[in-house]
Amino acid sequence: MPESFPADSIGLVSPRSITFDESLALHCGATLGNYTLAYETYGELNAERSNAVLICHALSSNHHAAGYYSTGDRKPGWWEACIGPGKPIDTNRFYVVCSNNIGGCNGSTGPASTNPDTGKPYGSDFPDILVKDWVHSQALLSDALGIERWAAIAGGSLGGMQVMQWSIDYPERLQHAIVIAAAPRLSTQNIAFNEVARQAIRSDPDFHDGNFYEHGVIPERGLRLARMLGHITYLSDDSMHARFGRELQEGSPTQGYGVEFQVESYLHHQGSKFARRFDANTYLLMTKTLDHFDPAGKCDDNLARAFAPARAKFLVLSFTSDWRFSEARSREIVRALLDNNKDVVYAGIEADEGHDAFLMKIPRYLEILHAYLDRVATEAGV
Amino acid sequence: MRADLEIISEWIKPGSRVLDLGCGDGTLLKHLRDTRQVSGYGLEIDNDNVTRCIAAGVNVIQTDLDTDLSDFDDHSFDYVIMTQTLQAVRQPEKLLERMLRMGDEGIVTFPNFAHWRNRVQLALGGRMPMSRVLPNPWYSTPDIHLCTVRDFEQLCRERGFDVQQRVVVDHAHRRGVGSYLLPNLLGENALYRFRRA
Repeated sequence: MPESFPADSIGLVSPRSITFDESLALHCGATLGNYTLAYETYGELNAERSNAVLICHALSSNHHAAGYYSTGDRKPGWWEACIGPGKPIDTNRFYVVCSNNIGGCNGSTGPASTNPDTGKPYGSDFPDILVKDWVHSQALLSDALGIERWAAIAGGSLGGMQVMQWSIDYPERLQHAIVIAAAPRLSTQNIAFNEVARQAIRSDPDFHDGNFYEHGVIPERGLRLARMLGHITYLSDDSMHARFGRELQEGSPTQGYGVEFQVESYLHHQGSKFARRFDANTYLLMTKTLDHFDPAGKCDDNLARAFAPARAKFLVLSFTSDWRFSEARSREIVRALLDNNKDVVYAGIEADEGHDAFLMKIPRYLEILHAYLDRVATEAGV
Repeated sequence: MRADLEIISEWIKPGSRVLDLGCGDGTLLKHLRDTRQVSGYGLEIDNDNVTRCIAAGVNVIQTDLDTDLSDFDDHSFDYVIMTQTLQAVRQPEKLLERMLRMGDEGIVTFPNFAHWRNRVQLALGGRMPMSRVLPNPWYSTPDIHLCTVRDFEQLCRERGFDVQQRVVVDHAHRRGVGSYLLPNLLGENALYRFRRA
C-alpha cells in the first residue's frame, strides 16, 4: 500500500458495478431494463454476514464514500471523516457498502445512459424516481451481495431519507437506522430553493430540454448557478462569515460586476467544479425525488403511522446551525418514533457548519457516532 | 448503584414504561431495564452524559427540560422520574404538572434545604449553606429552586398531588430513625412518589 494515504484511511479503493438482468419496476409505472448499479465496498464481510453497513448518499454525491482512487488522488470519498479503520464506521469491524443511486451520473443507470429503446441517451425521457425506488434497488443489490440483514443503514440529508424509507419498506432487513441531518419531508422553502435551481438549469440555452448530449454541450451556466444557490443553503451565515468575511479577492474594491468578494470567488469555483462533474438531468431528477419524499403523505400526514411498520433501532442526529434541515425537523422524526415506542437516540450537535456539518470532522459528532456504532458492532458480534 | 436509585427501583412495577427527566449517564434506566424489564426514555442535556447513555444502550433524547418537553403525549408513561434535578430547573411547579400529564405517577428526589446543618450555617454563620448534597457556592450553584420537605408537601397539597410514598434519608441515602421521625430537620435527601388525587 502506498505510504501517501493517512493511516486512518481505507486507502486505495476501486468502484465496482453490477448489471441486473431483470428490469426494475419503478413506482411511476415505468420499468428500467438492464440497469446497472455502481458501488464500492470497504472492509470484509464476516462469515455470519452480520457486519454489513449500508451507506446512502445525498443529493450531489455518489458511491465513492471513502478512500482514494490513486496515489495522486488528492480528494478522498465524501464520508472519509466517518468511514475508515478506527473511525466511527470502522472498516476493521464492518463491511461497508455504498451504491450510486439510480438516476445518478457516476456509473449507475441514469439520464446520460443509453436508452435501449432508442439507442440514444435517456435525457429527459428518464423516468421519475422516488426514494422508494432507490431503496428497492438497494435491496436488490443487498440480495446480490448476499446480505439478508444490515447491521446498520446510515445516511445524511437525502441519504437519511433513504434510511427512513428502508426502515418502513424493509423493516426486517436492518438492525439500526442512522438518520443524520434529515427531515421527514421537505419544507415549502426547501422546495422553493430546489425549483430555483431547476429553473437555472432548464433556462440555460445549452440544456436543449434535457437532450443536450446529442448537441455535444452541457448546460454549464445553469448547473453552476444551481450549485451556487445550493451551496449557500448548505452553509450557515456564521460559517460563511468565519471563512470569508467581507474579504476582497484583490485587496481593494473593483469597478463593475466581476468577482470582487472572496465568497463570490468561492461560489464561482464550487459552481464550475460541480458543473464539470455532474449531470444536469441527474440534478433535476434528484431534486424532484427530494421534493416528493413524504412517507406521512400516504398516512393522512401522520408520520407516526408511517413509521409503524419499522423494527429498527434509530439514531437521529441534527446540527444546530443547519437551517436547510433544522433540528426541529429531526425532532419531528424523533416524535413519530416515540409515538410508536421505537428505540431511539437523539442528539442535537452544536456545529457552525450548517447542513454540510454531517460531512465534516466535528469531534462531538464523531464521538456520538463512535459510541453508537460500538453498540451496533457489539450487537452484530464483531 | 446510587442508594436513592435503589429505593426508586423498588417503587417501579416490573414491565412498566418510564421517562427519566435528567437521566444523567443512564444508570437508573439501565438498571430498571436489566432488573425490572422496564422500557423507556431518558432526557438529558449534557453531552458527556448523552454519550454515556448511548454506550449503555439507553434510549436518550438530548433535551433541554426548561424548553422542549413537547415531544411526549399525555399519559404515555407509567412513571415520570426526576432525580436531584427539580431544584435546578427554571419552573419546578410547571415541570411537576407536566410530569403528571406525561405519566400516571411522578417520582422526584431533591436535597432537603431544611436539614439542621443548613439551618445552623444560615442561623449562626449567616452564610448560604454548603454541604455534601449542596456542594456549590451561591454564585455558581445550578440549584436555583431549593425547597424543604415541608415546602414540597405544601405544594403537593395546593396542586392536588397525592403523595403515595415518601422516604427521607441522609446524604448517603441511608434510612435512619432520626430522618424518619423528624424528616424536615434530620433528612438530607427526600424521595417522593406522587400522583394526581
